[in-house]
Amino acid sequence: MTDKPLTLAEKVWRDHLVVKGEDGAPDLLYIDLHLVHEVTSPQAFDGLRMAGRPVRRPDLTIATEDHNTPTLDIDKPIADVTSRTQIEALRKNAAEFGVRIHSLGDANQGIVHVVGPQLGLTQPGMTVVCGDSHTSTHGAFGSLAMGIGTSEVEHVLATQTLPLKPFKTMAINVEGTLRPGVTAKDIILAVIAKIGTGGGQGYVLEYRGSAIRALSMEGRMTICNMSIEAGARAGMVAPDATTYAFVKGRPHAPEGADWDAAVAYWDTLPTDDGAVFDAEINIDADNLDPFVTWGTNPGQGVSLLDTVPSPDDFADANEREAAVNALRYMDLTPGTKMKDIAVNTVFLGSCTNGRIEDLRAAASVIQGRKKADGVTMLVVPGSAKVRLQAEAEGLDKIFTDFGAEWRFAGCSMCLGMNPDQLAPGERAASTSNRNFEGRQGKGSRTHLVSPVVAAATAVRGTLSSPSDLEPLDPLTTGIATLGNN
Amino acid sequence: MEKFEVFTGTAVPLRRSNVDTDQIIPAVYLKRITKTGYDDALFAAWRGEPDFILNQPAYKGAQVLIAGADFGTGSSREHAVWALRDYGFKAVFSSKFADIFRGNAGKQGLLAGLITDEDTEKLWAAIEANPGVGATVDLEARTVSVGSLSVSFQIDDYTRWRLLEGLDDIGLTLQNEQAISEFEARRPSFKPKTLPAKGV
Repeated sequence: MTDKPLTLAEKVWRDHLVVKGEDGAPDLLYIDLHLVHEVTSPQAFDGLRMAGRPVRRPDLTIATEDHNTPTLDIDKPIADVTSRTQIEALRKNAAEFGVRIHSLGDANQGIVHVVGPQLGLTQPGMTVVCGDSHTSTHGAFGSLAMGIGTSEVEHVLATQTLPLKPFKTMAINVEGTLRPGVTAKDIILAVIAKIGTGGGQGYVLEYRGSAIRALSMEGRMTICNMSIEAGARAGMVAPDATTYAFVKGRPHAPEGADWDAAVAYWDTLPTDDGAVFDAEINIDADNLDPFVTWGTNPGQGVSLLDTVPSPDDFADANEREAAVNALRYMDLTPGTKMKDIAVNTVFLGSCTNGRIEDLRAAASVIQGRKKADGVTMLVVPGSAKVRLQAEAEGLDKIFTDFGAEWRFAGCSMCLGMNPDQLAPGERAASTSNRNFEGRQGKGSRTHLVSPVVAAATAVRGTLSSPSDLEPLDPLTTGIATLGNN
Repeated sequence: MEKFEVFTGTAVPLRRSNVDTDQIIPAVYLKRITKTGYDDALFAAWRGEPDFILNQPAYKGAQVLIAGADFGTGSSREHAVWALRDYGFKAVFSSKFADIFRGNAGKQGLLAGLITDEDTEKLWAAIEANPGVGATVDLEARTVSVGSLSVSFQIDDYTRWRLLEGLDDIGLTLQNEQAISEFEARRPSFKPKTLPAKGV
């Protein structure tokens, strides 16, 4: 008798099942890795303290500081009292409960979703949780990675398990070859525009197809990161040679016989032929344009070559009403060319696009050029290690010569809870993941873009792709070719 | 957690869809390290606008929120549930909730009930015809009623049972201590550990 063909998500679920739920109760799943940061953990540690419970597995737990850390003057005490209180609470809790922590100033500090993969702690076939919705990032390794709330953080700290209801599965098939200047970010923005911010609700998404296979691990992380913006609980990519090459040799990667055993297991994880997904959608990579958002949710996106839509374009009453509200908030008129929208600020960073390849791609676009007058550009590496790597490659010099600000690692302007914020009414092209009202500061207006679109926008001052830029004169700039990934 | 019992409280029609958790509670309020006291943070940006629904005297002390589709999307912050709870809400109804929000709600004793778009419109109309009217929420019967209008809502059996019994999650899980220990003994040695720390 042959086993029923299973999807990647179903296999990872099966292999972490501690207790099968009965009578409508959820399954109890074991958690391989718990990432902790300062914002969603204080109340969880407090709960443990009140109940007299220890952290069950400090050796499967790691903490870092990212959400409300400043990206300037990191050697000085944090000016904002509440931010400082929260960070001091995390340091105290980590010490008391024996949890490893990488604090501001440490070479391993950074955005929690950049730090895990960088240390080799994120590997295929794991269950990974964190009190942050963008935990879905780690699904790029073929892990089941989910954002959880603070009560669940406490639950995992106390028990290393989580009660979970089985999800449905959705295949996102992305076939074809991306054109130059079109990136992983454009794929995921197109997916969200297609299925909507609620389209993935109740599903674990599996990104499949030749265009996904061709992506680097960092590109796959960008895509899985924004699964949550499609409403999904998690997003995954089956592990392959690209995954193994990324993991191998990292500080916490398996070694020797453990490596061989791990690879033998990881090889069993990809979705079986004949496995059935509960839903399936197709994206044509060949004809994809750079994608940008015009509204106040990540599903309100269009091709950069397009115009701002009219509420009348939407058949669904909810979507129409959301468009009316979004256009008012964003101060945009239907019919305006996306490329005519001028921005005040360009933000390059975040757990979506703050890794080394993102910085390289943006640097290759701006090298030898000057920033548009009146535009502020903030470049914020996703981790202290990414910053060091970029400096070793001279990327910091390219950014500062261009006129951008080169900052220390953190979540920065992705969310309005540290000093990096937009002023009311200011408009940004941002490589982050959310364009909600007030997300980048009260009254802020956000257009989500890829790193290369962010870079080209900083050159022209209006939303632009690298192909909109005037060719550089190789004689005067000494730059013969432009990287275009 | 308190047991969820039948109650009647002022109902508020929130005629907005896609209310994300950044709208329910902006990130600046996430810096507190307490688990209560977030009532001032609920819908903070909108509450600055005089004509926002919760600023209208008729809806003072509201306990039941009837929202548009896709409520609680975005960030996983449980503070969104705490803010609703601290403000006084005991139940939220929508035709679609974000998964994480719905999970968080159940754990904090906030009922998140699914209703149809059609029933949402009916409830909005019934409340707006009589601002300040109470809604009666009966979790046992899975109904929410305003005057003569009674609407069924969906909630999964397990969450309903836990709300009705007021049961704590961690206590329930720790009843499986033996199964957890046995699972740990079976875990392969290649699985990574954060300690002892490497790469530092």
